[in-house]
Amino acid sequence: MPSKTERRSNRPALSLHVPEPEARPGDEVDFSRIEIPAAGSVPRPDVSAPAADTHPLCFTLVRVLDEDGKATGPWDPRLDADTLRRMLKDMLTVRAFDERMFRAQRQGKTSFYMKSLGEEAVAVAAAHALDGEDMCFPTYRQQGLLVARGYPMVEMMNQIYSNRGDRLKGRQLPIMYSDKKKGFFSISGNLGTQYPQAVGWAMGSAIKGDSRIAAAWIGDGSTAEGDFHSAVTFAGVYRAPVILNVVNNQWAISSFSGIAGGELTTFAARAVGYGIAGLRVDGNDALAVYAATRWAADRARSNLGPTLIEMFTYRVEGHSTSDDPNAYRPQGAGRQWPLGDPIERLKRHLVGLGEWDDARHEALTAKVDAEVRAAQKEAEKQGTLVASTIDFPQDVRTMFEDVYEEMPWHLKEQQAQMVAELEAKKK
Amino acid sequence: MNMIQAINSAHHVMMERDDSTVALGEDVGFFGGVFRATEGLQKTYGRSRVFDTPISEGGIMGVAIGMATYGLRPIAEIQFADYIYPGFDQIVSEAARIRYRTAGEWCVPLTIRSPYGGGIFGGQTHSQSPEALFAHIAGITTVIPSNPHDAKGLLISAIESNDPVVFFEPKRIYNGPFDGFFDRPVTPWAKHEASEVPEGHYTVPIGKAAVVREGEQLTILAYGTMVHVALAAAEAAGIDAEVIDLRTIVPVDIEAIEQSVKKTGRCVVVHEATRTAGFGAELAALVQERCFYHLEAPVQRATGWDTPYPHSLEWAYFPGPIRLGTAFKQALED
Repeated sequence: MPSKTERRSNRPALSLHVPEPEARPGDEVDFSRIEIPAAGSVPRPDVSAPAADTHPLCFTLVRVLDEDGKATGPWDPRLDADTLRRMLKDMLTVRAFDERMFRAQRQGKTSFYMKSLGEEAVAVAAAHALDGEDMCFPTYRQQGLLVARGYPMVEMMNQIYSNRGDRLKGRQLPIMYSDKKKGFFSISGNLGTQYPQAVGWAMGSAIKGDSRIAAAWIGDGSTAEGDFHSAVTFAGVYRAPVILNVVNNQWAISSFSGIAGGELTTFAARAVGYGIAGLRVDGNDALAVYAATRWAADRARSNLGPTLIEMFTYRVEGHSTSDDPNAYRPQGAGRQWPLGDPIERLKRHLVGLGEWDDARHEALTAKVDAEVRAAQKEAEKQGTLVASTIDFPQDVRTMFEDVYEEMPWHLKEQQAQMVAELEAKKK
Repeated sequence: MNMIQAINSAHHVMMERDDSTVALGEDVGFFGGVFRATEGLQKTYGRSRVFDTPISEGGIMGVAIGMATYGLRPIAEIQFADYIYPGFDQIVSEAARIRYRTAGEWCVPLTIRSPYGGGIFGGQTHSQSPEALFAHIAGITTVIPSNPHDAKGLLISAIESNDPVVFFEPKRIYNGPFDGFFDRPVTPWAKHEASEVPEGHYTVPIGKAAVVREGEQLTILAYGTMVHVALAAAEAAGIDAEVIDLRTIVPVDIEAIEQSVKKTGRCVVVHEATRTAGFGAELAALVQERCFYHLEAPVQRATGWDTPYPHSLEWAYFPGPIRLGTAFKQALED
């Protein structure tokens, strides 16, 4: 019997390719592989164009803001200054909110937090381009949707603190918000699950002859989940009125996008194989995100089917408060991202228009920071995660609620047992 | 009316009453399903309410959940229970928990229908009974009818429920009850008294068991196909057994179980699924916890073996009257 390793001498030994990022800790940051077309250079197909007309756009990058902050080319959404300033404020708010909540986690007030530093435009600009009634199926890094839709920050913080004011009764990890009225679907820790659900929601809307559409977000890493592929299949097959966003921030915890197949092709190019419209967009360019989202929304609303949009960006911070990005990539890599900072770019654009200046920017930054601080103070009146278990006891009986619409006998019994346990503990 | 016709009738009743009711799954549209449970629905209610799906159970479950959160009442067919696993994550991590994790803001009124169980020479990928996996999941209701009347009434209850319901259809008894003997022909439901199925809307409540045979000597807890095997086995063994058709395994009708076991003092639990950590283990534990001082003997289990479901040896895998008879004997001898 030949051994397992024995091979025929005239054939080369097979070997495996395991993708590796260009740089690891200790190396120089290397973004040389990134091809950046000039802003305004990518054509804008008509909203009613065949999906195939968009496919060349899956391999380039839709950009509106150039290096000087000037809006240029066919994708320029030509937004008025007020809208631009609102987007800027929302992005600044997200950043200030993230900073405060990150610090709250470090102070032990909650268990976990996830920042969206550098990716604020992805959610904020999309929210501005969608109708308030459209349903969003986000991942954990789209807090900008809630902020842009005017959701009370105190509510968000109550959820982060799992305190008495938490409308989710302390059941979800911090940042896994949910609000039906604001069109923000409950977040799942099982990645990718919301993708087919968004398609199903959109199909429901179409079955009922409604006019609302759905939008979903998924990370580059989770596109490897089966749910991604079934979602895009269903969306394409039934021409569901849905926008499918892939937020390519290039890192799935410590695994770079190459591990999810990003080395082989773009994530936008997944659209090609499914025959749906696809766009690859500079995710750090709020105007490009807005324009692409609006294009896809108009298409969906006209029964022309789904669009897959790759939002090309970079995760500046760690995945969550639980990891240290400097352990797996060069220190400060995010700050050197060649497509820049989305807030700085939008600010420069507004300044260039003569609609903004440093003084106003500083004042606005201070204002949103004060708003965040005030909200935090307000939320902490209802307890923080640690304090909730000591000083602000939630009613433990609620643990058994909402498992079913009506509580079955076995849960009633377990609920009674738990109450008895706590009574015994008090004695 | 056989069980397939009863299930078809439940669809018609509900789709007629509520235009939020939609049906989807592999082959359910034009063809009416491989077992014909959805026959004629597409013609009556149109392609946007009854449609074929890609072969993607994860996709079927995911989009059905999305439809349910939109406000529809989807009835999603998984062609065979053996294929439910690719959709398992969506069922147990999503459908089961969306009400809970949103503190009741969203609910998932989804019915997942799936033919299950063996007895039709389906081999190891068309014969499994995965009900215990779902019984283990908080937030899922698991229903298994044993006759056409209950199938229709329970399915209507499932569709009307605002919670996700896994509805397993014992395909061995789609056409008539099976007595557990592979060499005997099935008696069609039409010739069976229990097959009387009203045409219109009626419900059989979820969570309520039925005493299908009264007796004093022994309690047999069964559901689905095994109800019929239990009846035949009790008859063959010549014992005065009480047979309880659980109809729903979560929430299980604990009152009916307790009442019967306290009366008879002996209990045999039967199911077709593999034994280890099967739903029979839960039933045995419940009986032991609640009826211990009324028990005259250890609770016995008659189940499928802990192997994959074999094709040609199916008759030896299936818990038939002989295996049940052995369990009766052990429960009665002590």
